[in-house]
Amino acid sequence: MKKTLNTPINSEDLKDLKVGDDVYISGYIYTARDAAHARLVRLLEEGKELPFNIKGAIIYYVGPSPARGKDPIGSAGPTTSYRMDMYTPQLLKAGLKGMIGKGKRSQEVKDKIVENGAIYFAAIGGAAALIKKSIKSAEIIAYEDLGAEAIRKLYVVDFPVTVINDSKGDDLYMKGRKEYLEWAKRQCK
Amino acid sequence: MREIHADLITKEVKRLVMEANFFLPEDVLESLKRSKKDEKWELASNTLGKIIENAKIAKDTEVPMCQDTGMVVAFVEIGQDIHVINGSIEDAVNEGVRQGYEEGYLRKSIVKDPLDRVNTKDNTPAVIHYNIVPGDKMSIIISPKGFGSENMSRIKMLKPTEGIDGVKDFVLETVSLAGPNPCPPIIVGVGIGGTFEKAALLAKKSLMRNVDQYSSDSFYENLEKQLLKEINDLGIGPQGFGGKTTALKVNIETFPTHIAGLPVAVNISCHATRHKQVIL
Repeated sequence: MKKTLNTPINSEDLKDLKVGDDVYISGYIYTARDAAHARLVRLLEEGKELPFNIKGAIIYYVGPSPARGKDPIGSAGPTTSYRMDMYTPQLLKAGLKGMIGKGKRSQEVKDKIVENGAIYFAAIGGAAALIKKSIKSAEIIAYEDLGAEAIRKLYVVDFPVTVINDSKGDDLYMKGRKEYLEWAKRQCK
Repeated sequence: MREIHADLITKEVKRLVMEANFFLPEDVLESLKRSKKDEKWELASNTLGKIIENAKIAKDTEVPMCQDTGMVVAFVEIGQDIHVINGSIEDAVNEGVRQGYEEGYLRKSIVKDPLDRVNTKDNTPAVIHYNIVPGDKMSIIISPKGFGSENMSRIKMLKPTEGIDGVKDFVLETVSLAGPNPCPPIIVGVGIGGTFEKAALLAKKSLMRNVDQYSSDSFYENLEKQLLKEINDLGIGPQGFGGKTTALKVNIETFPTHIAGLPVAVNISCHATRHKQVIL
């Protein structure tokens, strides 16, 4: 069965999603990398308004390549997520519900994902030309000076992701490897 | 003395940076296809399928296969009977990078100062390694290196007595710690010997090899095969989702070293291992 999500999302939408599920996301999502995260968290600390509504939002960790001709965006695969770990708990507390990136998260982030009923997805790292096809529009909404790292509002249709850390505390990077190794061991017998 | 015009170097580098980002090398693509056939774990096989599809889309539409179009690493081999005219080699290479990243709609990912971090906006400078060789030809290898995998690379000064087991443990530990982060399936470049910087350079240089090409020394060829098997027994799999295909290849390069040392460097490259060569 094809699992889909429409943004904005809430914890109720996520409760049936488990690690390893392929999910297709549609609606608006926001891009941010380390430099933008640092600025967002500073705004929260100063009690100021963020450049987008973070309640129920999904952030995509990406710095796309430049758009050519009539394309809305260039190639747009995920960047490695651990660089955002130090900022993520504060964003989750402010209402962020979903993150798309690639690679392992810190234990603190994983705990906060459970605590806040949120979710962490991976998009396929390096599959940037494939992912580009599901992005229908892109608009810079903040920090234009950051270039590729500016915050963009993307409209996506059936954006393909895989659940890595679900709201129950499971982790595909541990579970997937373990299950494969058990299976491989059985094949050897 | 044969003369090479600096403009020719610029023109070729410009072409190579674009081609390297659009077209995954055939040997890497074939290796991915073989791995997919061999991969019986469904999520792993599907993931490899998407990576192969991505390479096809990038090639057909001439867009970068990965948004991280890298920092350009250039290996320039200069025949000692060549004289470059109308400018410096370094300026010519950087001009090629500048033009190629603009014309190819490639991402500009370089910051001028590592701490101040202001983007140079043209992806220059490249990291250029020169080598002077006999003859009157010039070879340029252009390799845009993404930092997802570069960040997972490590170097260690082992004790000589740690020997082959120490080397193997360090390689396996590095791949294991990296896990899903460097976009597996990866290509693992290993440099053994020399000095601190020589080991790192050997590891990088080994990544320029075709994936079907093993070390010319049968001892190291065996070590490459053994390490590949042990890496693929870790179960990390494509993208770290679990599976057999964690690495496509291990390449080892060595150099004589000091009686007191055993430097080992591991330079990881993602599945989008990009390099293009021209001989002038």
